[in-house]
Amino acid sequence: MRKLFICFVALSLVFCFAGPTFAAKGTVKIGVYLPMTGPVAAYGQMEWAGVQTANKIMPTVLGKKVELFLVDTKSDKIEAANAVDRLIKKNKVHAIIGEAISGNTLAGGPIADKAKIPMVSPTATNPLVTQNREYVFRVCFIDPFQGEMAAKYAAEKLGAKKAAILVDIAQDYCVGLANFFAKSFIKHGGKVVATAYCQTLDQDFTAQLSSIMAAKPDVLYMPNYYTEVALACKQAAELGLNVPVFTADGAQAPELITIGGKDVEGIIFTGHFAKEAAATELAKKYIDAYEKDTGKEASAFDALGADAYFVLMDAITRAKSVKGDKIRAALASTKNFKAVSGIINIGEDGNAIKSLVLLNVKDGQFRYLATLNP
Amino acid sequence: MEEHHRRNQILTVIAVGIGLLFLYGAQEYATSYQIRILNNCALFVILAASYNLINGVTGQFSLEPNAFVAIGAYTSALLTLTPAEKQLSFIIEPIMWPLGVLHAPFFISLLAAGVVTAFVGFLMGFPVFRVRGDYLAIVTLGFGEVVRVVANNTQTITNGPLGLKGIAPHTNLWWSWGIAIITVFFIARLVRSSFGRAMKAVKYDETAAEAVGINAFWHKMLAFTTSAFFEGVGGGILAHLITTISPTLFTFFLTFNLLIMIVVGGLGSTTGACIAAIIVTFGGEYLRFVEEPINFWFIHIPAIPGMRMVIFSIILILMMIFARNGIMGTKEFSWNWVLNKIKPVKIFLRKKP
Amino acid sequence: MEPTVFAQQLINGISLGSLYGLIAIGYTMVYGILRLINFAHGDVMMMGCFFAFYGIMMFSLPWWASFIIALVLTGLLGVLIDRGAYRPVRNAPRISALITAIGVSFLLENAGLVVFGGRQKAFYRPEIFSEVHTIGGVRFLELLIWVPIITLLILAVILFIIYKTKVGRAMRCISHDMETTRLMGVDVNRVIAITFAVGSVAAAAGGIMWAMRYPQINPLMGIIPGLKAFVAAVLGGIGNVAGAMIGGLLLGLAEILLVAIRPDLSGYRDAIAFAILILILIFRPTGLMGEKLPE
Repeated sequence: MRKLFICFVALSLVFCFAGPTFAAKGTVKIGVYLPMTGPVAAYGQMEWAGVQTANKIMPTVLGKKVELFLVDTKSDKIEAANAVDRLIKKNKVHAIIGEAISGNTLAGGPIADKAKIPMVSPTATNPLVTQNREYVFRVCFIDPFQGEMAAKYAAEKLGAKKAAILVDIAQDYCVGLANFFAKSFIKHGGKVVATAYCQTLDQDFTAQLSSIMAAKPDVLYMPNYYTEVALACKQAAELGLNVPVFTADGAQAPELITIGGKDVEGIIFTGHFAKEAAATELAKKYIDAYEKDTGKEASAFDALGADAYFVLMDAITRAKSVKGDKIRAALASTKNFKAVSGIINIGEDGNAIKSLVLLNVKDGQFRYLATLNP
Repeated sequence: MEEHHRRNQILTVIAVGIGLLFLYGAQEYATSYQIRILNNCALFVILAASYNLINGVTGQFSLEPNAFVAIGAYTSALLTLTPAEKQLSFIIEPIMWPLGVLHAPFFISLLAAGVVTAFVGFLMGFPVFRVRGDYLAIVTLGFGEVVRVVANNTQTITNGPLGLKGIAPHTNLWWSWGIAIITVFFIARLVRSSFGRAMKAVKYDETAAEAVGINAFWHKMLAFTTSAFFEGVGGGILAHLITTISPTLFTFFLTFNLLIMIVVGGLGSTTGACIAAIIVTFGGEYLRFVEEPINFWFIHIPAIPGMRMVIFSIILILMMIFARNGIMGTKEFSWNWVLNKIKPVKIFLRKKP
Repeated sequence: MEPTVFAQQLINGISLGSLYGLIAIGYTMVYGILRLINFAHGDVMMMGCFFAFYGIMMFSLPWWASFIIALVLTGLLGVLIDRGAYRPVRNAPRISALITAIGVSFLLENAGLVVFGGRQKAFYRPEIFSEVHTIGGVRFLELLIWVPIITLLILAVILFIIYKTKVGRAMRCISHDMETTRLMGVDVNRVIAITFAVGSVAAAAGGIMWAMRYPQINPLMGIIPGLKAFVAAVLGGIGNVAGAMIGGLLLGLAEILLVAIRPDLSGYRDAIAFAILILILIFRPTGLMGEKLPE
């Protein structure tokens, strides 16, 4: 028995001679750290697909090849911190894309900040992520903006007076949005009549929806990820809850429709881009390329992954250098960059300021409704 | 009393001295990535050694360390964050009154983390040790989940899923390895004391242990509470190492990691747990190459992200099938053993001329 | 709370609880015979869903054919897991078996993430199950009627196997004393393999029903139902196949009613299952249907 174990160890030692080859000289190295395994693997895998497509569209910058280094974080903070340090010290990357989840970006951010390597997160929405972090940027909305816009639209355009909220208590993204929506909705003269909670990986929402139904709201706000939204919509339809459902950019994925089917018809959400009203050339190019690459419709997650890449490339081009501080300065002065998810300006604190697209689901398609400006 | 007690003590002191010298070198010359991995090693030595005390030494298979680490991490982080920093972080719900103004230096916060966690462990012990075997595993797993759910819900204490950030990076090699050495020494001493022998007796046959007058319940409690104390301190080290914590950090995955370590080290061996903690931590980083594209002469294997976790799971199963005793079995590292191994070499060398 | 709302919540609870019960049956059966907590039960269930999914999507089979093939494949997977992972540790201390089970669980989840990808996939719900019925303002899905039928069917088959067949007698013997059974000339390994096959088929059946109710599958979908089913099994008296169903129903009702009565505490819902588990084990470790507690 013992011998077998030794054999196993020996075998793994043999493996190390088949180690990775060294990168060619004279490339621009971009590190990517994303959750490829663990509870939030789905979002990491989607964003990685987006980054890859973006890399195919724009494989070179400053005349040099762009090389991507992917490191898995197992959806874990310790691993995320290891990953960033590894990318900087071992792979010697010039800039970093990641993480998908705010909590893990909070762990990686300070390391990049200290090493003066710029980091662009595709989807870390928590306001704390970029707070006092010179080198950390993001291309997504932050929670307050999106929550406020949703509340304003629900109160003014839908004429809602009573709102109910179903929120995923285990995600900072969802809790943040729900909170800012509620505050803003009350400011617009509305009332929150019911708040119920669920948890990531929950699949049954009937109890929460039934008690929400009993409160008779005019609008249901569910700022959760697409799976939870799709399942909740299905169950809401079964329970006969006939109120407009409002959600956020976490729902902008084709799975919302494939899982939700006819039950997500009419759902409205604040998203990043609309296929038929693509605001930029890059968006059109990207949406086509992504469909060709993966056979799937583009989602908010992969588009933001791509945008993190494109914004970085734009900054490197303008900086005419791959030095950390130069890229940082260029990133911070990003103005009117025509990205996939709209026109991006980087504001103070490294947050993206961009317009928001309002979409709904009609005939099994995402339809463009309006553009809301900050 | 052990053979050559005095000599072994001297050897241990020398070994620790060499270790500290190595750490000094690392602190001065290593890259931040290498230092981070060394810190992780120390952290997991603390966690694995204390987890092993209850799981291996006392033989009470439980799955709760993620809960203990969480409690320790939150306690110590809430103490070292300044009131102003806390206000900045709690953007959704303000922090509960006494927590908002409390502030303590790092060392005190670590102690507090240990004490609070030990207290929780002590309270938990009463219901938990009414069951044993598989049931104990599931109940403690349940406790782990409950703590995580509570951390998500009590936003005025933990800031909910937003977590705490900007925790000062107090943990350096001195702190992490210093605490690791203290932990290992304390646990090793405890295991060698009469308490430790009683714990082992409980492991092998609880009924027989009771029959010779060992109070199985209180010895389980002692092991559990001690384990909780050090898990809590480890949580404090962890919080100040990665500078941000939130409930997602303390899932069953963390326990799974520790479980692999103590199984690889040999359930019941404190030194085995330490060795395994270091191997697994390094191995985890080392194995990343399986997720990178591999060019082996003309064979090109594309990157397969996620392979590491598959390999870890397979290792755990294979260990259970082929090498159930792990690296050390229930034996401990001892100088006598090392010197006995060296002796033939010495004799051989002496004969030569 | 209005009566219709309350009635609706009761139906919600029954609908969820019967699914817990269905998954718990396989769990409790394996435990009853082998005294092994098959930690990977939820993940075996997940694999069953993926087999069914790929049957429909890749080979464009009709849904019923795909479901049947998925049941068979999952049964084989159960045998394979037993052969590869559990059989080698059968004579080791019980804890080794539990650790192996945890390893198998993580292996299935992570291999699933690598092979299937982490993105959720839409599961096909046949039209005949999708109709919504309304009785006195209380609404429920056609599927809800089918879940108890399927559950009873599986229960009947399992009870038949255990109590009316030769293999079943061997299973009952093994649960009492594996060594003696072996000495009696029973091929213990074969019987245990059959146990795992039956348990895995039950898991797959539960999984497919679950996936039709919540039509979304991903490699991590088995974790929560697996844990909840275990709690249900303990609640009903672990090892007691009929008790598992009742345990499931009670757990489902408890979870739903907590949310119904205190929606503001709904964030604590997952903690409820474990709080119940802990209380049961402390005050009535034999479960509600009470067999004796194995050491």
